[in-house]
Amino acid sequence: MYSFDFEKPSTIADAVAALADDDAQALAGGQTLIPTLKQRLASPEKLISLTGIPELQGICTGDNGALCIGAGTTHADVAAGAGAFPALAALAGNIGDPAVRSRGTIGGSVANNDPSACYPAAVLGAGATVVTNAREIAADDFFDGLFETALEEGEIITEVRFPIPEVANYQKFEQPASRFALVGVFVVKFADGVRVAVTGASEEGVFRWREAENALSNGMDAALIEGMSPNADDMITDLHGSAAYRAHLVGVMTRRAVAAAN
Amino acid sequence: MSQVTMTVNGKTATGDVEGRTLLSQFLRENLNLTGTHVGCDTSQCGACVVHVDGKAVKSCTMLALEAEGADVATIEGQAAPDGTLNTIQQAFQDHHGLQCGFCTPGMVMSAAALLKDNPKPTETEVRDYLEGNICRCTGYHNIVKAIMAASGQDVSSIAAE
Ligand SMILES: Cc1cc2nc3c(=O)[nH]c(=O)nc-3n(C[C@H](O)[C@H](O)[C@H](O)COP(=O)(O)OP(=O)(O)OC[C@H]3O[C@@H](n4cnc5c(N)ncnc54)[C@H](O)[C@@H]3O)c2cc1C
Ligand code: FES
Ligand code: FES
Repeated sequence: MYSFDFEKPSTIADAVAALADDDAQALAGGQTLIPTLKQRLASPEKLISLTGIPELQGICTGDNGALCIGAGTTHADVAAGAGAFPALAALAGNIGDPAVRSRGTIGGSVANNDPSACYPAAVLGAGATVVTNAREIAADDFFDGLFETALEEGEIITEVRFPIPEVANYQKFEQPASRFALVGVFVVKFADGVRVAVTGASEEGVFRWREAENALSNGMDAALIEGMSPNADDMITDLHGSAAYRAHLVGVMTRRAVAAAN
Repeated sequence: MSQVTMTVNGKTATGDVEGRTLLSQFLRENLNLTGTHVGCDTSQCGACVVHVDGKAVKSCTMLALEAEGADVATIEGQAAPDGTLNTIQQAFQDHHGLQCGFCTPGMVMSAAALLKDNPKPTETEVRDYLEGNICRCTGYHNIVKAIMAASGQDVSSIAAE
């Protein structure tokens, strides 16, 4: 790691002020950023820890029963506390391993937008709202390709707000070494339609699989998407699987998620 | 350099660290508590697991300064002061839960965190919980068995002696 200074503000306002410095970067659970710093893939001069800010912690119920999760809430706390949205709690409880879940946060995962991360699928699938210190961003406008989001320099996520669906399910095909999603599919049914979000598969990062959504608008029945898979042209090929393999897996995992949704 | 103060195994520990000093480095290099092992330093192996405010964390993936004011428990604090092993450690010895021993500090600390939350885990729950603890020697069988035994369960059916 290159050398850096460390600050730990206790309010959102102080964190935002500290992050106005171009060479400063936010640190949440560090489960992505610390390995990145060790590889010298990032060289901030100052890390602004968000772990000492009570306003970023915890889960509450908002308007229309929405589940509001503070950006600094750990995966373990979401797994234990998001009972109102069981598919989300299950997703959080299956990220990495217990020690990763003790530190890693929803805000860090969503801000990072790793193409194989789990949370982006839930946020996009549920049509959640990403709340920052400055504005509210709909999930459909938030994710912007590999590791890219709509966040401006120095803007921090303060909360993610999930509407509660009728039924939902997340199916993750784990890459056995990293435990990230080789392919993960989050299926959500609301009164007005079905959303299907896919992580791990595309060169463009998390995406909505619209053909499946349309087919499932006639009912949450895996038979309606039998044999379907998205176009393999946009899929990732790496040593863990080819584009065709991933495209096939998206179909399989979507059918499993539809069958398991409850 | 900044000063950091935390409680480690019940005693106050203070030291001067850089922003980039990891908790694992602080424990090993400042406090000479070398029982916390660094196997990978890439957040994968779990040899460095300690408890911070009661939760299992990878000490190679947390800055020392983040532990300011925290209550940290390491493998050195597990046995009684006279060296008597605690229940989990004794079960690892009794059931051959280690060979080279490199992963063992992390295994014991992960096991302790598991049993605190789930005093009678099933075999599947133990294996799931150890997802982030890698062992290159044992094949895990006797580690799982030791943890089940430490939880007071009958392990005669879990693996051959
Ligand atoms: C062994 C291992 C296995 C893992 N397995 C999985 C897995 O199966 N699925 C999965 O999804 N993830 C997995 N992860 C990643 C893990 O979920 C991370 O916790 C997560 O990606 C980042 O969250 P963090 O709080 O640790 O953020 P950090 O590492 O602290 O930060 C990540 C990035 O987000 C920025 N950031 C952090 N918080 C905010 C905020 N509030 N607002 C704006 N920017 C912010 C930081 O500046 C940094 O760029 C794994 C990690 C490890 C080490
Ligand atoms: S040394 Fe920390 S996880 Fe391997
Ligand atoms: S006993 Fe050797 S690595 Fe586990």
